[in-house]
Amino acid sequence: MIELEGVYRTYAMGGQLLHALNDVSESIEAGDYVAVVGPSGSGKSTLLNVLGCLDRPSRGVYRLNGEDVGSLSEEDLSSIRRHKIGFVFQSFQLISRLDAAENVAFPMIFAGVPRAERRERVAAALGTVGLGERARHRPAELSGGEQQRVAIARATVMRPQMLLADEPTGNLDSSAGRHVMDVLEGMNADGLTLIVVTHDLAMAARANRALLMEDGRIVRRAGRGELREGPTIAAPPEPAS
Amino acid sequence: MTPGDLGAFALTALARHRLRTSLSLVGVAIGVAAVVALTALGEGARRYVTGQFSTLGSSFLVILPGKNETTGTFPGMGGVPNDLTLDDAKALRRGIPKVNLVAPVSMGNETIAHRERRRQAIVLGSTREFLEIRQLTVATGRTLPTGDLERSSQVVVLGATVADELFGSEPAVGRAVRVGDWRMRVIGVLEGRGEQVGFDMDDLVIVPVATAMQIFNRTSLFRVVIGVGAHRDVDAACSRAVAILTERHGEEDVTCITQESVVSSLSSILTALTLALGGIAAVSLAVAGIGIMNLMLVSVSERTREVGLLKAIGAGNGQILAVFLAEAILITSMGGLLGLTLGWASIRILVLVYPAFPASTPPWAVAAALGISVCLGALFGVLPAHRATRLDPVAALAGR
Repeated sequence: MIELEGVYRTYAMGGQLLHALNDVSESIEAGDYVAVVGPSGSGKSTLLNVLGCLDRPSRGVYRLNGEDVGSLSEEDLSSIRRHKIGFVFQSFQLISRLDAAENVAFPMIFAGVPRAERRERVAAALGTVGLGERARHRPAELSGGEQQRVAIARATVMRPQMLLADEPTGNLDSSAGRHVMDVLEGMNADGLTLIVVTHDLAMAARANRALLMEDGRIVRRAGRGELREGPTIAAPPEPAS
Repeated sequence: MTPGDLGAFALTALARHRLRTSLSLVGVAIGVAAVVALTALGEGARRYVTGQFSTLGSSFLVILPGKNETTGTFPGMGGVPNDLTLDDAKALRRGIPKVNLVAPVSMGNETIAHRERRRQAIVLGSTREFLEIRQLTVATGRTLPTGDLERSSQVVVLGATVADELFGSEPAVGRAVRVGDWRMRVIGVLEGRGEQVGFDMDDLVIVPVATAMQIFNRTSLFRVVIGVGAHRDVDAACSRAVAILTERHGEEDVTCITQESVVSSLSSILTALTLALGGIAAVSLAVAGIGIMNLMLVSVSERTREVGLLKAIGAGNGQILAVFLAEAILITSMGGLLGLTLGWASIRILVLVYPAFPASTPPWAVAAALGISVCLGALFGVLPAHRATRLDPVAALAGR
């Protein structure tokens, strides 16, 4: 259960205060599937960073499962990220010198999961995203869609409560994008809370509900089917790493 | 995160940039090799010198006329208020019960000749006890005669080299030689002994002490060498000898030197030299450490996104610190091992070329080189690693 109450995230830029999040309040139930849409600079990614405990609100309250995240130490936030949250990035963020299996195993190494258990969970995670046969391939030997599926396997291998995906299909062609979204939605169907940031209204329309953001505020909340499928909201794509 | 995981992860990171990793590793190896080789040289010098002294035997002491306070310089280097005399030597012989060997010594340089062959040699005047104390044995003929210290006799015992150069393959014993203006008879030839503490014993000409004092027209002794029955009695004999001579001279104006004190002093000096050499070599290690720091700073900078990812997956700051520290320590440890091998090999080659020089790396230097290598990685790796932990996760994920 996610609760945001009057959350601000403010940056000082050139002597002026910039509200990347401006009085955001929202509740997201466990197992929900929420899309966050809006133009570039509307605060979508900042919202995702705050939800993912990568960033702290400047003001307001963020409660995760009833716990006020703002009062937690850095180490406590690390622990939450380690055990409760998975991230999927537009540019995949795979480590190029490690193969797919090693990339997936990466979070478990830092969580102290025993080696034998790691092997089993890596095999299961890669199997879930349909890449069981590509375990020993390095990122450079995989297509964009495959790389993103490895990233999804990595994000879910610690069995988090929620998955935060920032433009997960932004660097993929439509076919690969659809495949990736099918994988993510399959995990949501299994109970994983899924929050997806996207420019793509068609993709947002697949979510249970969508939050439309502008200038750091949630300006509209739409239920499934309320968003008209159409062209994407123009934004420059983030370059792939 | 287990140490094995940490090591494996660090290895994959280092393997990605083999050339620059290797160069940094070689830098550390050179520093460690320098420490190992130079300390081995210093230690070799110490062992060589103390080894030389140990060939003298440990149960003797030397009485020199004068002391710092009375001569104003080192004993034996300047004028003294009271000379050492043959009467002093006799008093020492009577006064120290456990002393059974007292050898007064008078010394000078003189020409020694047999027919047309002549050369310069050190003429040492003493008694047969001197040969016993210095463990010199006569190869042919006999040693110096016993009798009154003040009784002069024209006999000489030649060192092996002197005998060889004057007589060649002919027997020397019984033949006549001239020492300066003095005609003397050869009564013995010493067994070859080589150098002792830089002094070629085969180049000596030994005559009775009274004879030497006549040759050099002296009334005083160069020194008195005393052989003591047991090593444990050396210090007591030393104190007793000083007391006897103080009583005779009316003031304490002699210096007693034991082999142990000389060896100890030299050993201290050479140990300090070894440490100084090690310290000089350690400068190159410090330079290598700065190279490691530079390498790790570049690595952190290049891997900003990776640090962001580490934070996103929940790695703690301690774990991120450990990741980068492990890489630095891995490089310096491997460099340390390589340097140890290089240093050891260079010393082995030196010993092969100069077998008489007992160069060997002291165990403490090996342990210190390896310890310093690890500490070097930790010391110079901590700043870059700390910088990684300070990165903001959001900015790091964006590569900023």
